[in-house]
Amino acid sequence: MKIVVPIKLVPDLVEELTINDSGTALDMTWLRLIINEFDDHAIEQAILLKEKSGGDVIVLAPDGEGVDDMLFTATAKGADQVIKLIGNFEDGVNSHALARAFSDVIKDLQPDIVLTGVQAHDDQDGSVGPLLAEFLGMPYIGYISGVDLENGKALTKKEYPGGLIGEMEIILPAVLGIQAAEQPPRYVAISKVRQASKTSAIDEREVTDLNQSGGPIIDRMFQPEAGEKATMIDGDEEEIAAKLIEIFEELGVL
Amino acid sequence: MSYEMLKSLVVLLGLLLTFGIFGLRCYQLLWVNLRRSQSDSPSKNWDERIKGLIVYVADQKRLFRFLVPGTNHFFIFWGFVILSLTIFEAFIVGLAAFIDPHYVIPVIGHFGPLAFLQDLMAVLVIIAVLGDLYIRVVVNPERYKGSHKSQGVIVLLFIFTIMVSLLVMNGIRINLEVDPLAAWRPISAAVGHLFAGMSTNTQIVIAEIAYWIHLGVVLIFLTELPGGKHFHVVTSVPSVFLRDLQPIGRLPQAPEFNGDIGVSKVEQFRWRQMLDFYTCTECGRCQDVCPAYTSGLPLSPKLLIMNLRDNLKDRGAALSAQKTNGVLAKELVGEVIAEEVLWSCTTCYACDQECPLLVEHINPIVDMRRHLVIEGRVDSELQNALANLSRYGNSFGKSARSRARWSRKLKPKIKDAREEPVEYLWFVGDYASFSPSLTEVTKLTSQVFQQAGLDFGILYDGENNSGNDVRRVGEEGLYEMLVETNTAVLNECDFKTIVTTDPHSYNTLKNEFSFNGAGAPTILHYSELLDNLISSGELHFKKKLDYKVTYHDPCYLGRYNDVYDAPRRVIEATGCKIVEMPRHGDKALCCGAGGGRIWMEEGEIKERPSESRIREAVELDGVKDFVVACPKDITMYRDAVKTTGHEDRIEVKDLIEIVYEAMDIKNNAINDEGEEQNLEE
Amino acid sequence: MNQDIYVVIEHLQGQVADISFVMVAAAKTLAQETGGQVVGLLLGHNAQEMAKTLSADRVNYLDHPALAEFTSDAYINVLSKIISAEAPRAVLLGNTSIGADIASALSVRLGLPLVNSCVSFSADGKFTAQICGGKIMTEGSLPEPTALATMIPGGYKPEDGQSAQPPHITPVAIDEIDDLRVKFVNYIEPEAGDVNISEESILISIGRGIQTEDNIELAEELAELLEGTVCASRPVVDQGWLPTSRMVGKSGQRVKPKLYLAMGISGAPEHIEGITDSEVIIAINTDATAPIFDIAKYGANIDMLDLLEELIDQAEESKGG
Repeated sequence: MKIVVPIKLVPDLVEELTINDSGTALDMTWLRLIINEFDDHAIEQAILLKEKSGGDVIVLAPDGEGVDDMLFTATAKGADQVIKLIGNFEDGVNSHALARAFSDVIKDLQPDIVLTGVQAHDDQDGSVGPLLAEFLGMPYIGYISGVDLENGKALTKKEYPGGLIGEMEIILPAVLGIQAAEQPPRYVAISKVRQASKTSAIDEREVTDLNQSGGPIIDRMFQPEAGEKATMIDGDEEEIAAKLIEIFEELGVL
Repeated sequence: MSYEMLKSLVVLLGLLLTFGIFGLRCYQLLWVNLRRSQSDSPSKNWDERIKGLIVYVADQKRLFRFLVPGTNHFFIFWGFVILSLTIFEAFIVGLAAFIDPHYVIPVIGHFGPLAFLQDLMAVLVIIAVLGDLYIRVVVNPERYKGSHKSQGVIVLLFIFTIMVSLLVMNGIRINLEVDPLAAWRPISAAVGHLFAGMSTNTQIVIAEIAYWIHLGVVLIFLTELPGGKHFHVVTSVPSVFLRDLQPIGRLPQAPEFNGDIGVSKVEQFRWRQMLDFYTCTECGRCQDVCPAYTSGLPLSPKLLIMNLRDNLKDRGAALSAQKTNGVLAKELVGEVIAEEVLWSCTTCYACDQECPLLVEHINPIVDMRRHLVIEGRVDSELQNALANLSRYGNSFGKSARSRARWSRKLKPKIKDAREEPVEYLWFVGDYASFSPSLTEVTKLTSQVFQQAGLDFGILYDGENNSGNDVRRVGEEGLYEMLVETNTAVLNECDFKTIVTTDPHSYNTLKNEFSFNGAGAPTILHYSELLDNLISSGELHFKKKLDYKVTYHDPCYLGRYNDVYDAPRRVIEATGCKIVEMPRHGDKALCCGAGGGRIWMEEGEIKERPSESRIREAVELDGVKDFVVACPKDITMYRDAVKTTGHEDRIEVKDLIEIVYEAMDIKNNAINDEGEEQNLEE
Repeated sequence: MNQDIYVVIEHLQGQVADISFVMVAAAKTLAQETGGQVVGLLLGHNAQEMAKTLSADRVNYLDHPALAEFTSDAYINVLSKIISAEAPRAVLLGNTSIGADIASALSVRLGLPLVNSCVSFSADGKFTAQICGGKIMTEGSLPEPTALATMIPGGYKPEDGQSAQPPHITPVAIDEIDDLRVKFVNYIEPEAGDVNISEESILISIGRGIQTEDNIELAEELAELLEGTVCASRPVVDQGWLPTSRMVGKSGQRVKPKLYLAMGISGAPEHIEGITDSEVIIAINTDATAPIFDIAKYGANIDMLDLLEELIDQAEESKGG
């Protein structure tokens, strides 16, 4: 069972985001990158599948600041092979380009199943997962929170609003967009990541053509005005509580 | 065969059998098991070690922290030392029976003062034993919960029997006029009087019976001694003598097993730790002072060591017999010692401080935590904190750039120690920098430094969590990463002294960091700095405060680094009067936040240690202020004041707030609207 | 060339999802500029009724047993044929568990550009989209000749996409849908909640700031005093401290209470999605920069646990006197 997990780095929202001079994209120089949270879940789900049903887990990521650490962390968690895509990724690429790049490499790997995060917060032109599925000619289901494999098929749990789950069967090979792994991403000790960086390798694949067609043209990127921020209530808890009681009474709640 | 011949033969066989068994057991436990252990740092500093023997073993120093049991044990111990000679004499007398039924040992058998001392000690031991029996049977203190209580009672009865039988034998020998030192044994003589009315033959028989009881009990005691709670009789002296002399604030290095750190099998412990497991007497003093145990969490330091000892014995035997039975399959971390037990520890050092035989409880816990971390067996809150620490250098998950946000509006701007030389480099710490409720205190601190005319600076976003609690949680790799980062930044700075407001950072900076080339700089807690400034006259207080306050010793300042007096002198210099809580100084009760516990799920707690502490404080008449010197203490105790409903009764203040008030500082702060404000009430 | 704006109608278990009405409202704005019609695409089986409340100009209804329940493969199959045949000006889909599963595939299969996460469109055909958890907005022109766009709620009121007058419904025949690689098996209903929070008028909502399961008692106490109900953001439900029926947000319920008291909730977009219909949102959080304060009416920068106890005391006083 070959489980392939394409992942990517996204801007860390804890840090301040700034727009570049042309006003159409994020300023990459001040950006700190972090693994896409849903891709982290995809890695976890892949490892869980490997632990449940055996197989090999291959993780791929495009080059970027912190990618080596991210891939070695995947190794430390149990990935059997990690691959870095080398190409012109510095200025950021859209999902279509990334999906194309992934599909070229993943095609050759001949996976049984591809797991990736269902979305990422910097997706301006759709998520990588469903795009990748189409490039690979594979079917896709997204918002997955549970996967079981059984000869040639995957039985998945798809999340709908209101806590409703839809159970769906999909024929392998397929791509799944992971919303949440069956258990939260495991902790891996820093020393194990360091160990991985010393004892294992990151394979590289060159990506020559990054074709970004399929995405929108952005005229302007901006940060929303603070706008109508909340009316803040000051004081200690007594004063704040008193003011809230007033508001409750005005609303007719008390 | 005459009775005497038989006696000598039986004594000989008994001695051979007993010492054979004793020797075999000690061989298995001390030689075979310890050979499987990990190596440890070499023992040096012999004079300090000898001093240790005198203080801890001869003087029984720590035992006296509980006065009555301590006194009892002092006499039992010294009695045993002095009277061991009488036991030896009994062996010889028995062996020599076939030569002379009333054999008197040359030299020592004729030394009067020794005989007198032995007689005196016998009585004192009997009194001590009776005292201890009363404590064990009638009082039955909490600290014995989980110990092998019956063993304790039986051995006390053994000692009692050995002493009484000795006095009976001696007494009758005096009656029979075969003792050259009769005049030196008044107690024995008095005992002998009880039998004086009986016929000679009866007395001889009684004496012989007393002898056999005496010998029999000694031999049984000896065979049962190895591996039980009385093994400390053998192991305590080497354990205390060869103990680790590193500063207690420095955790020992972590040995690697197949590239991973952390202990997952008992034979992976170091030999010093194994000696510790054997040396535990199950006295339970550690259990009594453990904040985790008394709050209802599953950790008892005593039971931890006992379980490790038992596992060491069981696995040692199984490995030697090469059996692949259930014993070897049992997981040390998780089965022998439950995970919750390991996570309950706050690393406050109360247990290690209290133990009369200096058994170390914390470092085996950290060793096993290291294994849990390697396996990823950490709860989600802790995982979150560790992920934040590794990514942002702080447990709050806030951007490193916002670390010095608390200082943004202060005038003049605090110096950046990375850009210009400073005399004092102020290592602020995570909580003081990021916790919204604590930044007020941090601002006051900077004003106090300012007013005192100190040339100081901070590292701004170059500062990372010091790593103290990260290390004690078991994430050694992350700890190393934090140390590397901080060291790199510090090495680029030009400063004379590091001052910190956080005792946890203080501990690791002082004891675990190594600075390049020039050696370690002076590291001061701000209370020490203030103390220095006060005694040199550079700092004096305009106002004389007259509050009655109580002071709480932070674990990492007090027990770990012996700083008890400096903060007290500072408080008294402001005019305040200190009323001590019963548990003060090295008996202070931990607030519960250490050892990474502030990052973990709380667990099933009956009464938080912080609440117990506030309840202790409000018992003090007239004390309205609870003074602390650690940011985590402020957080924990302010919470506890609320949850115990004592907001009107007592207020938690940082030491710096008292100092600030006494300095009468005005108008140095700019508030959020950019207006100058008078920070006095 | 077709200047119509197509809207892929989302429905689940016989109910039309709110996002469908939002998209219809958005389509109307766009249609004004293009001069085309707003056309709803309703795929299903025996589901014609659902088209009735849409305020579209017309609805093309495609019926097939394989469309009885949503599956990505079947929808992509059918929609790609329609869109390539009719080449509308734009196709709107929801950025949801339904729409996001199919939008990208259509983009690749048909070679059409895709704009993700749109909030609104302007009268002159420009889109405004939201990324990075709402911290960044983008603007641009809808690509020509045919653009695909996914939408998130917030820019339009669902009422604006509804109408008492049913639209003109055109049944459209479908060829066989074969080679389906995704099969619907069944639904797993969420645990029967004792309460349907989407109907409740007073909600006390708790997030990570609650810290431990035991503290939830405090929220319950306050809820009782205010005659409201306790609900939560995803992290609390993920811990197992409250059932999924109490979860508010994209994967949980959309609520429309009179009062939404958000305590210890930072305001991630997935959560915000669930509460935009609230009348009054009051946010309590120790982080003054938390995004929740951007949509709340009132806020306080304080630890929710500190506040809860005080609030309970004062509420008791106010009630009992």
